[in-house]
Amino acid sequence: MGKTFQKPEALADTVTHYCPGCTHGVIHRLVAEVIDELGIRGRTVGIAPVGCAVLAYNYFTFDFQEAAHGRAPAMATGIKRVRPDLVVFTYQGDGDLASIGMGEIIHAANRGEKFTTIFVNNAVYGMTGGQMAPTTMPGQRTTTSPFGRNTDEVGMPIKVAELLASLQTPAYIARQAVIKPKYIVKAKKAIKQAFQYQLAGRCYSFVELISTCPTNWGLTPVDAVKWAEDTMLPYYQLGEYKTPEASAA
Amino acid sequence: MAKILMKGNEAIGEAAIRAGCLNYFAYPITPQSEVAEYLSRRMPEVGGVFLQGESEVAVSYMIFGAAAAGARIFTTSSSPGISLMSEGISYIAGAQCPAVFVNIMRGGPGLGGILPSQADYLQATKGMGHGDFRLLVMAPASVQEAVEMVMKAFPLAEKYRNPVMILGDGLIGQMMEPVEFPDHLKTEPSNKDAWATNGMDARNSRQRNMVKSLCLNPEELNNNNLVLKAKYDQMKKEEVMFERFHTEVDYQVLIVSYGTMSRVCRTAIENMHAEGIEVAMIRPQTLFPFPEAEVLSAAQKNSCQAVASIEMSMGQMLEDVQRCVQGKKPVHWYGKCGGDVPTPEEVADYIRTLI
Repeated sequence: MGKTFQKPEALADTVTHYCPGCTHGVIHRLVAEVIDELGIRGRTVGIAPVGCAVLAYNYFTFDFQEAAHGRAPAMATGIKRVRPDLVVFTYQGDGDLASIGMGEIIHAANRGEKFTTIFVNNAVYGMTGGQMAPTTMPGQRTTTSPFGRNTDEVGMPIKVAELLASLQTPAYIARQAVIKPKYIVKAKKAIKQAFQYQLAGRCYSFVELISTCPTNWGLTPVDAVKWAEDTMLPYYQLGEYKTPEASAA
Repeated sequence: MAKILMKGNEAIGEAAIRAGCLNYFAYPITPQSEVAEYLSRRMPEVGGVFLQGESEVAVSYMIFGAAAAGARIFTTSSSPGISLMSEGISYIAGAQCPAVFVNIMRGGPGLGGILPSQADYLQATKGMGHGDFRLLVMAPASVQEAVEMVMKAFPLAEKYRNPVMILGDGLIGQMMEPVEFPDHLKTEPSNKDAWATNGMDARNSRQRNMVKSLCLNPEELNNNNLVLKAKYDQMKKEEVMFERFHTEVDYQVLIVSYGTMSRVCRTAIENMHAEGIEVAMIRPQTLFPFPEAEVLSAAQKNSCQAVASIEMSMGQMLEDVQRCVQGKKPVHWYGKCGGDVPTPEEVADYIRTLI
């Protein structure tokens, strides 16, 4: 009997450090499958963030760089400008991309840098123990918003996909989720689409993925999925915010 | 080869191209914006890459990404911008990538002034960023020397897999002097397949490369730091550069001075010689590694009564001079830090007070 299912070649055959119910593992796998299917492992460079995915480079089997917190889009710019033949992607969380890295992501997207960003949105700072993120939901308790996010004091959560889609230059801006199989299927399509646009020479492609963080939300993995569906999806709506075809129309 | 009259900033840009570096990312800041303006026109002419980044912070990481992918790369900035690059430079050193940084110093601290200074000496040589690392730091005293140091910086950065800094000042950046770009200083980039993330296909390899500076295991991190330390020890043995001026006579005072300030001191020394006062100078060309042995031996000359560190700062190189002289002779400081360059007369007046 032959093998019916196996780890992608682009994914390292190793145990990850992620928590039970964390969706990083799912997203890593989707990215690795896409890289295998597109046959680009030999010319891909990934850039790991600072966050729970700081060790992402241990889980893939192609060239990887480690960025300082928030700076991955600048590093990706540097790589892609000097080596346009390489396929480059950044993998970033809420703090990395939407807080300290907000300047870098907006400018890279606006310049139309020809790399891809995978943005993992779980509404909290995971690695440092559950502090509030720019994407934390109103009323959500975190270790630095112990009484719940007070939007009178710190504003509403940032919708990064919409923000980047307001720029004229980027080619592909999408938001999907990885919290249930039916969403995962669409998420993979979006990730593949993003990389295909890069291969076609299109400029900046971006996929935001609504994710769970049971550990820092203080929920069981099952309850975390429900919370994400009930609270995050109505606010962070899924879909394609920008495509080259729609922009040309 | 005929010499061309060029502005320092533009000559620095051209020098990188002649050295075989065809990539430049930068952010405008006075007094070095002309480098970016020049290269924005010139890089496309030679098929190179030019990008103005959105901030010095972003630029420092563009430099890191490109260097880690195996490309020759450099940037230029000035004091406040270099402060913003501090974290990025620490990452580049920790990850062992080659890159060249040029600091055209201006007055500080804070927003400071836009005129020349030498007030980033300690930053460049002792505290460029967090963690145990050093930069190889070269300090030109003329536009020609800036050209040659920029050209040498690239193979040096690759030899040590470490960032290298050229410490200039606003005068070097703005003034125009005749320059030539020596052919023998053009070098081929080193082969970086052993470590760079330039793609497995390009290396014909099934082994992937990682460029990172995170080492959570304490023994691994200590080993990484030992590797870095060995580089700096090697630099101290092999890369010290300095110039002696007027040391063959029985001088009463030894000046230690670098960059633009050293040219003023030269004139002061010549003027004092005409009056019968003998003064000599050691001009460090590398600030790290510092010409420690040379400064000590020059200070120990019997005729020498005092050593003076003369710099456009409140006394930064002074600390290195004091350390090297080991108390054998009194060490003094003279300088200004607002942007005025001291005149030869002011230097001579000061030296006379030491005799």
